[in-house]
Amino acid sequence: MSSNKKYWKSVEELKGSSVVETLKQKEFAEEIPVDEFLGDEESLSNSKTSRRDFLKYVGFSTAAASLAACEGPVVKSIPYVVQPENIVPGVANYYASTIANGFDFQSVLVKTREGRPIKIENNDLAKVKAGGGARVNASVLSLYDKKRVKRPMIDGKNVSWEEFDRQVGSALNGVSGDIVLLTQTFASPSTTKLIQEFSAKYPNVKHVVYDAVSEDAALSAFESRYGRRALPNYDFSEAEAIVSIGADFLGDWQGGGYDVSYAKSRVPENGKMSRHVQFESNLSLAGAKADKRVPVKPSQQKAILVALYGYIVGGDSTSELPSNIDEAVVKAASQLREAGNKAVVVSGIPDADAQSLVLAINEALGSTIMDTDNARMTRQGNVAQVSELVQSMNSGSVGALMVVGVNPAYSLPNASEFVEGLKNVEVSVSFTMKEDETAKLCKYIAATPHYLESWGDIQFTDQQFSLMQPTIRPLFDTRQFQDCLLKWSGNSQSYSDYIKETWSGNLSGGWNQALHDGVFDGTSPVAVVASEDFTSSSNDASSLRKLSSSAQEGSEYELTLYTKVSMGDGEQANNPWLQELPDPITRTTWDNYLMISKADADKLGLENEIVSNGALNGSYVNVTVGETTVKNVPVIIQPGQAKGSVALALGYGKKEGMQKEMQVGVNAYPLYQNFSAFQNVTLAKAEGMHEFASVQMQSTLAGRDDIVKETTLSVLTTKSKHEWNSVPEVDYNHQEIPVSDEKADIWSAFDRTIGHHFNLSIDLNACTGCGACVISCHSENNVPVVGKDEVRKFRDMHWLRIDRYYSAGDTFVEEQEKLVNLGAFETYDTIEDPSYDNPQVAFQPVMCQHCNHAPCETVCPVAATSHGRQGQNQMIYNRCVGTRYCANNCPYKVRRFNWFNYAQNEEFDYHMNNDLGRMVLNPDVVVRSRGVMEKCSMCIQMTQKTILDAKREGRPVKDGEFRTACSAACDTGAIVFGDVNDKESKVSKLQGDDRTYHLLESIGTKPNVMYQAKITNTAEA
Amino acid sequence: MKKVKYRHSTSRLLLIVALFLSFTVTSFAQDSTDVEAGEPETAADKADASASAELGDPAAGKGLFNSLCAACHKPYSASIGPALNGATLRHDKEWLYAWIKNNAELRASGDADAEAIYQEYNGTAMPAFPQLSNEDIDNILAYVEQPKPEPAAAATGGAGAEGGEGSAGGVSVNIILGVLIFVLVMLLVVLFLVNKTLKNFAAASGVTLPEKPSRKPIWQAFVENQFLVLVFSLVVLLGVGYFAYGFLMQVGVDQGYQPIQPIHYSHRIHAGDNGIECKYCHSSARVSKTSGIPSLNVCMNCHKAISEVAPETATAEHSKEFYDGEIAKLYDAVGWDPSTRTYSGEQKPVKWVRIHNLPDFVYFNHSQHVSVAGVQCQHCHGPIQEMEVVHQEAPLTMGWCINCHRETGVQMEGNEYYEKIHEELSKKYGVEKLTIAEMGGLECAKCHY
Repeated sequence: MSSNKKYWKSVEELKGSSVVETLKQKEFAEEIPVDEFLGDEESLSNSKTSRRDFLKYVGFSTAAASLAACEGPVVKSIPYVVQPENIVPGVANYYASTIANGFDFQSVLVKTREGRPIKIENNDLAKVKAGGGARVNASVLSLYDKKRVKRPMIDGKNVSWEEFDRQVGSALNGVSGDIVLLTQTFASPSTTKLIQEFSAKYPNVKHVVYDAVSEDAALSAFESRYGRRALPNYDFSEAEAIVSIGADFLGDWQGGGYDVSYAKSRVPENGKMSRHVQFESNLSLAGAKADKRVPVKPSQQKAILVALYGYIVGGDSTSELPSNIDEAVVKAASQLREAGNKAVVVSGIPDADAQSLVLAINEALGSTIMDTDNARMTRQGNVAQVSELVQSMNSGSVGALMVVGVNPAYSLPNASEFVEGLKNVEVSVSFTMKEDETAKLCKYIAATPHYLESWGDIQFTDQQFSLMQPTIRPLFDTRQFQDCLLKWSGNSQSYSDYIKETWSGNLSGGWNQALHDGVFDGTSPVAVVASEDFTSSSNDASSLRKLSSSAQEGSEYELTLYTKVSMGDGEQANNPWLQELPDPITRTTWDNYLMISKADADKLGLENEIVSNGALNGSYVNVTVGETTVKNVPVIIQPGQAKGSVALALGYGKKEGMQKEMQVGVNAYPLYQNFSAFQNVTLAKAEGMHEFASVQMQSTLAGRDDIVKETTLSVLTTKSKHEWNSVPEVDYNHQEIPVSDEKADIWSAFDRTIGHHFNLSIDLNACTGCGACVISCHSENNVPVVGKDEVRKFRDMHWLRIDRYYSAGDTFVEEQEKLVNLGAFETYDTIEDPSYDNPQVAFQPVMCQHCNHAPCETVCPVAATSHGRQGQNQMIYNRCVGTRYCANNCPYKVRRFNWFNYAQNEEFDYHMNNDLGRMVLNPDVVVRSRGVMEKCSMCIQMTQKTILDAKREGRPVKDGEFRTACSAACDTGAIVFGDVNDKESKVSKLQGDDRTYHLLESIGTKPNVMYQAKITNTAEA
Repeated sequence: MKKVKYRHSTSRLLLIVALFLSFTVTSFAQDSTDVEAGEPETAADKADASASAELGDPAAGKGLFNSLCAACHKPYSASIGPALNGATLRHDKEWLYAWIKNNAELRASGDADAEAIYQEYNGTAMPAFPQLSNEDIDNILAYVEQPKPEPAAAATGGAGAEGGEGSAGGVSVNIILGVLIFVLVMLLVVLFLVNKTLKNFAAASGVTLPEKPSRKPIWQAFVENQFLVLVFSLVVLLGVGYFAYGFLMQVGVDQGYQPIQPIHYSHRIHAGDNGIECKYCHSSARVSKTSGIPSLNVCMNCHKAISEVAPETATAEHSKEFYDGEIAKLYDAVGWDPSTRTYSGEQKPVKWVRIHNLPDFVYFNHSQHVSVAGVQCQHCHGPIQEMEVVHQEAPLTMGWCINCHRETGVQMEGNEYYEKIHEELSKKYGVEKLTIAEMGGLECAKCHY
């Protein structure tokens, strides 16, 4: 069944381009860069260094190197003078803390070694998450960012904090007009209380909360319905029907973090799983996981919501939608009704009326998935107040402005007005970690610490809280905003004491327990000012009217502004791990781009071309909203993009406080007019071609279509495994036997039944492609960042990649019918083209498969890769001579070659090139040097540590103790790691699951990584 | 890395000869110091017996003092508590009994003296010793009231002689050889002189010596003899190969590396003479991959009370003053003022020179070997308790690691982790005791990742 399906990784592959054919034949797209170190002929003849000189130098340096090798360096060892009692050199300590940078909110465990944080892990005690896994995992590197502001500054000159306090204090006292605090969302009860106290000291204080990526529509809708500014909380784990209209709830929609509960509802148990219908414009993570995805323009999304409201709550029972979309809406409505209170509708339409209707629909359904009592507090931004502030700045009524944790000069759609207004402000203070666009314009720059150096309390929801604690002494002369505020309001307390005092008597388990766990339940000790007798001011009928009229306002091209899982709102744009994380959908790194459908691209004459080495180029386009034009936006033609719609990611194009290498992409915030993600745009082709660093063409399928296996829920429940997930068979003595049979094996197998035998299991249904595992792997294994140019040459070093496969057809039945009825030559045109508009997507994390019969091991001339009894395919860097035969022979293309020294090399000026950035390196894993192969080690340093701990304590290892970086980072439960010789372990149970298969089983490599086939729920109600 | 220069054996030989010449003299000296060293003790004993006759038995008191008092008190200088010598002069005996048995009670009773001492030593309470009888206390007092013995200066000479005596067995042979060589050289000289004289006679008496026919030079003969050339070049090649191989194999192997440390810390004194358990200081070896160079606060656990070494600790090489100076260096680094017994807060971390340097691509875990396998530190580090200055004992090459892993059995008794795996593996290999290699201890990625 699955074998009939056609998969492709890129459009070029689908078209059967000659480049793909060439790439298929090559393991390394690029030749060895001889020119780079020998120079080309021209430069050779021009240069003063002749070949003879060159040989002389080579001879001399060889001799010098061998002589130098005899005298090793004298290594100094400097112990503590007084060793802190909880630090043992060589043993990691874990502390619970919380990231809360205004965009990502998540309770985390911080792994520290010798007092420095080196890795972020999930806090298993946390019940709520509101951040993107990749960004949260990568945030530890932002601590060691060399572009951080190191001390307070006045007018660009370094000053001491005493001087800073004195000057700001006198400035504040003498200020005429309002003192405005323009802050990120803190979601912190103590900070709220503190600002109230500050306002008591200075009577003219105003607090404006600003989210760069606004959720104001949803907040306002919630406010008018329930009387406070918050966002409903969703728990998808019990959901049976999910209808999303433009909400990428697996991405950053309303703060994100919903992938955890969603994944639970997507793993078929007892023949049941949720059904997910997605109406959206650009292919998002949620759309990629949907059972049914309907590509529609943004304006149509509004019409769909109106229609859906009509079908479920009442009102018009007809719609003016095109019949095929209307049909989908009708089906979705009946699906929702059938699921009753296990159904939920979510929407990302940036319109308060739309959000209000969504709440109404969920109320009408009686949805238990949506929770408005325990609402989320992690977005507080108020668009009206921000706009008002910019106006009053220009009118001169603002005397002092304190900008905290936000960068309005970069991220405001009307940034130029803000910049103009700032000139009228007498006292401008920027609390910042970077000398960014805003800080550059402010008189006073208060250097603030990273969250790993700060104290804090965070209110996730009405009842769920967490604490932030420092895990390292401040690296620089920095001070928290809250500590400054305490000082300036004449309070001598430290902020940590202040938090303790705020919570004293409110913590059931006491302060130490709360700090240890990181999270706790309770109620906020700080009263939020709320109107006493609130009456719901929402009027569904008028909302409906307004929304249906705004649905008419669509234009030829409608833009959706979205955020990428890697970059988010751009707060961590100077983080090379995130820049190099391939986007889960486009597989493009180091860029943002306008995604456009094929039809529209053809109309505008835009194109994507693959150059000879497989790298992707794209046309430029100028995007205009109203008066504002963003020039030279590169274009990617994206399958699944609704016709008439385009999409562009926010968070790129930052210039200040950024390393040159990281200044990539275009700033899309000027297009974010009125903080609305939907904009009517006009497009005009611009000159030139953009060079992308995309890894999607890196390795091709080479016709092996059974890499991804998928089927439908009905097949899973009704048919035997053999029909939809059969083990490939080979001929043996004129009989067909499965390849897993011993007789099919030309190798004599080792006995692996004794001791540990590690297996990794990956559930394609639970994987949402979020990329947390990729970053976690980077951070655990010291995987280098290679930069845009190298990624373009396919020399990225990701040990773990998340392949994205497109496949044709809305449903398998349709596809099969077409396959049966059509002639061979027509298949491409007829089947593939419609699916080009709306392909199905499968995410597949691929790392070294740790084959028991590994093809790489047999070809290594120096035995640098060998097999361990515990199942690992071991790569020994110090033995490797870099022949790259192994990578050539690897059917999964998971081996990575160190073309250069990526550490301490000026050419690769990322974190491994400075002392600060190198502090993030894991001391248990070696940094590889040039000329050696590397790959996933199944985190052998982690399994070895688990074993050693057990040995030392004299006990057997319990299930769940064995983890890899990726399995630990995967909070959706897609990646499970364990010992298959422990029959009680989760992974050994998964081994016997019907959905389990191995990649390219037919070639007999017997991998130790298994996959669970993807299941879609095609049941229509 | 600094190479250790082994002294050339000839210079050692000369030294030995020189020592031999003074052998008889120094051995006399040693005998006499033995007597001298013994004498003061007995003399002191006698003196005490008369002076503190009413106090008690100093020999019994010494034991009690060392077990109960020495942690905080020294006889002749202040430590955590005051110096005890002269206590009987400062206080009457009844007061001392009361103080020692329960000083808190004494202070509570409002005794001014007691309170003054308590305040003088920063309010550090002395534990009560109700178990001591008056007689015990007398014994202790007798011991501490002994007059301070004069340091035995002659000890140095004795130790020097010991070194000479140690190699005396080898000397006699060398001497015989030396004499033989001397005789042979003399014979040569005599022959040469005789020959010269005879020639002179011949010239004087007009005898013409027959001319030697000019023969082919020997090198030409050698070159013409192809067999010889072949053999010679083979020998040369093999020789060069042998030495080149030897040279290359020792690149990066620093066996014997013995750098000079910023503080002369003697493992001989600590681990050897005082028998301090290695893991008392290197505590992280139990739980961590590194053994941990002790932080200075660990040193101060003892050195708060020990500001100088005992006179008998001094050796020929290093005097007492030298060792005391090294302790002063520690105080300087940790910011401890021994006179006021306070920390100044000014700390200077000590930059030790690392002796055992594994390359970065090797993962070695101390706790695996020390805690799980129960390997003695000396197994790899050599007789550390005898080393005045530590050197790298083992070559730390991969072959050395592997050998041990091949030969050593896994210590799995009483360790539940190993129960199942041992049962299955021993059945598989048919052996009673599994080696580390059989457990998978030779797999590359167990140490390289």
